[in-house]
Amino acid sequence: MKKFTAIVYARTMEFLRDKGTFYWNLLFPIVLVVGFSFAFNGNNDTIFKIGVIGESTLGEEAFLNLPSIEQISYDSDKQLPLEKIRRHQIDMLIDFNDGTYYLNNESNSSGLLRIVGEKDLAGFQEKELSGSPIRYVDWLVPGVIGMNMLFSCMFGVGFVIVRYRKNGVLKRMKATPVSPIVFISAQMVSRFIIVILTSILVFTGTNLFLHFMVHGSYLLLVLVTSLSIVCMISFGLIFAARLKSEELTSGLMNLVTFPMIIFSGVFFSLEGTPRLMQQASKFFPLTHFIEASRAIMIDGAGIVQILPNILVLSGMTLVFLITASVLFKWE
Amino acid sequence: MNTIMRIENLKKSYGNVKAVNGISFSIPEGSCFGLLGPNGAGKTTTIEMMEGILSPTSGKVYFRGKKIDNHFKKKVGIQFQSTALPEFITVKETLEMFRSFYPKPRTLDEIIEICSLTDIIDRDNRKLSGGQRQRMLLGLAIIPHPEMVFLDEPTTGLDPQARRNFWNLIDRIKAENTTVLLTTHYMEEAEILCDQIAIMDHGKLLELDTPAKLLTTHFNGVIVRIPHSGLLDFNFENSAVIGDFLEITTNNLDRTMKELLEAKVNLEGLIIKKPNLDDLFLKLTGASLRS
Ligand SMILES: Nc1ncnc2c1ncn2[C@@H]1O[C@H](COP(=O)(O)OP(=O)(O)OP(=O)(O)O)[C@@H](O)[C@H]1O
Ligand SMILES: [Mg+2]
Repeated sequence: MKKFTAIVYARTMEFLRDKGTFYWNLLFPIVLVVGFSFAFNGNNDTIFKIGVIGESTLGEEAFLNLPSIEQISYDSDKQLPLEKIRRHQIDMLIDFNDGTYYLNNESNSSGLLRIVGEKDLAGFQEKELSGSPIRYVDWLVPGVIGMNMLFSCMFGVGFVIVRYRKNGVLKRMKATPVSPIVFISAQMVSRFIIVILTSILVFTGTNLFLHFMVHGSYLLLVLVTSLSIVCMISFGLIFAARLKSEELTSGLMNLVTFPMIIFSGVFFSLEGTPRLMQQASKFFPLTHFIEASRAIMIDGAGIVQILPNILVLSGMTLVFLITASVLFKWE
Repeated sequence: MNTIMRIENLKKSYGNVKAVNGISFSIPEGSCFGLLGPNGAGKTTTIEMMEGILSPTSGKVYFRGKKIDNHFKKKVGIQFQSTALPEFITVKETLEMFRSFYPKPRTLDEIIEICSLTDIIDRDNRKLSGGQRQRMLLGLAIIPHPEMVFLDEPTTGLDPQARRNFWNLIDRIKAENTTVLLTTHYMEEAEILCDQIAIMDHGKLLELDTPAKLLTTHFNGVIVRIPHSGLLDFNFENSAVIGDFLEITTNNLDRTMKELLEAKVNLEGLIIKKPNLDDLFLKLTGASLRS
């Protein structure tokens, strides 16, 4: 145990003092999330979108015809436009058939629209809905954090062990009574602590400005994150088992991480992509992390709903660890 | 004296290269054993097989009469010819980490004192000079109060002052009755430190004895050294061309000088000296290199 904590300490210090890597691990995802939130939240706010059902009974001069208002017509089934109000995708719905209009009381636009439309809509009945918006960032943040986890786990353990093998640190370890199991698991634990803390830090840091939607339990979110980190580190260990060349290792790692990032649905939804691609993505740990954490955050999923993801992640971890330990050589 | 370590007909091949080709010797407990030989002779390969780092192609390694086992690594200290140290951590942190690996480690203060690490104790491993690094690596090797230390070229690249300091360190370790096995290219070092010297080349053992015995067996008398230009036609007994010089080993200096004079050899640049291990090394390995 003493050996174990000593190695964990040394490795963690190595990470913290390697300022370049440290800031990269922390700042890169924050910049991505914040950058995307600006890019996709542009000037939508300056224009109001108002859904309309039925023929307008208002005159030419009514507020509906102001230049900054966009009208969208819906048929008499209110289901769809009401959901859009809840998600903040439209700001108001006016039903001329039954003389009601709907506003979302959590939307900034509601108060303004109420005042602007007061005169024109006299005699209409107001109904209030609630619901916070799903913005692209809400959907993106698990993806970006997952991607960062994948890089950090693969390169922080797998790649570093290859470097240790190449420069002789592993050989020096072999000359001590430390067993490979102790050494490798200490590397894993150190990286686990680093990755879970950076992930939490990135999340809470960006959450301060962006106020993500989290409908499910934070505890479950941390659990899924932890399991995914262990799974990704184990995956990286397979590369570390034998390889001696840093260039080859980083090449191979990039070769597998890039498809994972593109096809795990970090930046765009896999819905509507070819079936084959969706099925292939089920072999990537990242896909399961992203699916599960989006389900928890956006749909408020509980452990039962994400159980399939948890089982797959656990199974993969086991397979990766066994493969890596069968293949592993100090030199 | 008890034998602490013994190797029997040790061989290691890399494809066609016979890095070590059948070597046997034993090392008495508490002694200092020097393994010498030119570059590529097979010293590192031999010492690493003894450390249990490399597995031999054939042959046996015994530590205290038994094959090396799991406990072996707790009892020995190892310093490789080249070792990378974990980056971004200090000398102190490195020592502490390695201390945690052993059941009864030396105290930090003791290591600092023995290896004179006070000045560099808080320095990052990457920022050590060659000499500081060697002291630190020796510090790592002596952590477990080893029964035996393996030092592969511990003084290569050190300045003469640092080398002498290093010899003092090794003397201290020897004073604790620790057995030392070291490889070196410096004959003077071997002569000062080692009780026994093995000279090897091309994976084979050429000689093994105490420094004094080696000299008396191979040299009786003195060496006469003359620039060899214009001398090559002459045929002297016990002579060899070494570099630009002809070296004549003789136990009758009077006669040799007369012969040279009679042959009307230009005596400019002539040196007469007592043979030392350098001469022996050149004689043994130089001869084999030429052949
Ligand atoms: N891993 C290896 N693969 C192939 N050949 C090797 C390997 N290691 C050593 N050799 C060869 O074995 C021979 C002995 O090498 P070794 O390192 O033991 O020499 P050495 O006596 O320690 O030399 P030096 O004084 O330069 O350190 C050399 O010819 C070397 O090229
Ligand atoms: Mg060597």
